[in-house]
Amino acid sequence: MADRSVQGAGIKIKNLYKIFGQRPQAYVEAVKKGMSKTELNEDHGHVLGLRDINIDMPAGCIQVVMGLSGSGKSTLIRHINRLIDPTAGEVIIDGADVCKMNQNDLRQFRRHKTAMVFQKFALLPHRTVLDNTVYGLEIQGLSREKQEEQARRWIGRVGLKGFEDHYPNQLSGGMQQRVGLARALTNDAPILLMDEAFSALDPLIRMDMQSVLLDLQKEIKKTVVFITHDLDEALRLGDRIAILRDGEVVQQGTGQDIVLQPADEYISSFVKEVNRGRVIMVDTIATQSGAPSATGGVIVKTGTILEEAAKTMTDANQQYATVVDDNGKPTGVISMNNLIQAMVTPISHLTSKAAAE
Amino acid sequence: MDWFYSFPNMNDDTLRNLKKAMDEGFKAFTRQYGDVIESFFQPLQYFLIQAERFMTTTPWPVMIVLIGGIAWIASRNWKIVGGTILTLLLIGYFDMWSDAMKTIAMIFVGTVVSIVVGIPIGIVMARSDGFQRMVNPILDVMQTMPSFVYLIPVVMLLGIGKVPGLIAVVIYAIPPMIRLTNLGIRLVDKDVLEAADAFGSSSWQRLRNVQIPLALPTIMAGINQTIMMALAMVVIASMIGVQGLGQPVLRSVNGQFFSLGLFNGLAIVGIAIIFDRVSQAYGKRLQKHQEVVHG
Repeated sequence: MADRSVQGAGIKIKNLYKIFGQRPQAYVEAVKKGMSKTELNEDHGHVLGLRDINIDMPAGCIQVVMGLSGSGKSTLIRHINRLIDPTAGEVIIDGADVCKMNQNDLRQFRRHKTAMVFQKFALLPHRTVLDNTVYGLEIQGLSREKQEEQARRWIGRVGLKGFEDHYPNQLSGGMQQRVGLARALTNDAPILLMDEAFSALDPLIRMDMQSVLLDLQKEIKKTVVFITHDLDEALRLGDRIAILRDGEVVQQGTGQDIVLQPADEYISSFVKEVNRGRVIMVDTIATQSGAPSATGGVIVKTGTILEEAAKTMTDANQQYATVVDDNGKPTGVISMNNLIQAMVTPISHLTSKAAAE
Repeated sequence: MDWFYSFPNMNDDTLRNLKKAMDEGFKAFTRQYGDVIESFFQPLQYFLIQAERFMTTTPWPVMIVLIGGIAWIASRNWKIVGGTILTLLLIGYFDMWSDAMKTIAMIFVGTVVSIVVGIPIGIVMARSDGFQRMVNPILDVMQTMPSFVYLIPVVMLLGIGKVPGLIAVVIYAIPPMIRLTNLGIRLVDKDVLEAADAFGSSSWQRLRNVQIPLALPTIMAGINQTIMMALAMVVIASMIGVQGLGQPVLRSVNGQFFSLGLFNGLAIVGIAIIFDRVSQAYGKRLQKHQEVVHG
């Protein structure tokens, strides 16, 4: 890993299928030809876990996979480190297909390339915080000195300094998950897999942990795969989001894409509840027309979310603002009017879809 | 209608011949391989004799301090240590010291053998359903077959003495060790195992870091059960020449000596309680980390 700026490795998932049951191979072809989940289940007693998943996860980004329970999201993340074997398809990381590795290669891959955080924490109850955190490095066979040095650094980084000698049972849920996160980060693997990592925490702690993760990600720049059932969490964390339903990807793109152009009714029903002001960026509503002279010098950068832009404009008591790119070159103008329009949830998503196109 | 009222059993002659053939077959086997099998158990006999010699030749005050010390290290509880020392003093005062030491030596060796043999079998059983299906009925037979029945072939092979007694004790006492090791490992939290896999543990690392430590409380319960069952075999083992507290009990059954039987019986109970309390307290101490729960 010579390039420290982007530490992660990209993940390419290609035509991935998973069928649960006695003879999954026998039904792959039928499923590929379009046999439905219900038919497979009722007529053949097999359960379709994943159907034709294609996701390209760029290195150094947070890729969120969102879906409700039973959508196959936890199954999907377990294919990346092959805790579950696929029925068909490929998972390419660093040019190697994880699905074709032998046991030994797979073990090495898990030790050095991935680290995982679990919904139920899955800490070792008989080990202290420190001894839990060193686990990955201990498995790799590093010297105890190096293990502890790394572990203590990350324990401090997730805010658990002073708790090194506590047992998991002595900690609250939020603190236990910090241990889970520290354990994964100590491994220093380019890929971080987080399976509903914050779902078991109460809302305030969850927000807190999301901030911890976003903060860390600026520094570590790993490829993070984050599973969640919560769209707000997905939008807050995800550079890219894939939405899963009944084992199929129904939409993927940036958070903004999904909020502005929900692919179907199912996604619209989620998007309705979202705070749009925190997702949509000024670039989307900026127009070339309008009078730049009338903006009164208020400038917002591209990529600013509407809520922040609105605050800047109200603070300056202005109705218009100029949108500039990273080099300070003006790219358009926004008005308070269309700012508010964009922040309010449209009555029908069909109209917003039409408007955005 | 004769067959309806009296069970149409095997022809008397055939049955007699079958039994005779089996007996003679086994006798031939004994004559042929008796020595080989005896030399196979030689190390066990050596171990047993050494343990017994140590227990009986060490002066009693040293022995009491030693056992009290072990009780303290294992339980960290003065009440248990006090009870242990008091029980030992009473056993000595009622003139059963040397018999009690012989019994403790036997139980100790029997338990060690059960642990050394039982835990690996339990681990293999937990890893393979096929092996479990095979071993379970054998364990059922070991636990339900009247001990006298398997004493017969053991005595035929090895004669009367310590080793056959030890084998009888182990056969009777090892099933809970195997069963509870198997159960303990199978009950280990699947989520924690998955985490161990996700970090790339080899199956040995998984066993050593996760499965054994998390199964330890159950395994300790198995050890405790094994000790108790070994003690229960003391009297039966004395029938084939094992010395210790069992022999006076056997004598008092034959001669109807009520008080002799009672004293020795109570001594066995006393030793059982010491072993039980000390090993349970040790097991609890191993789980200390699970007691302090976040409020």
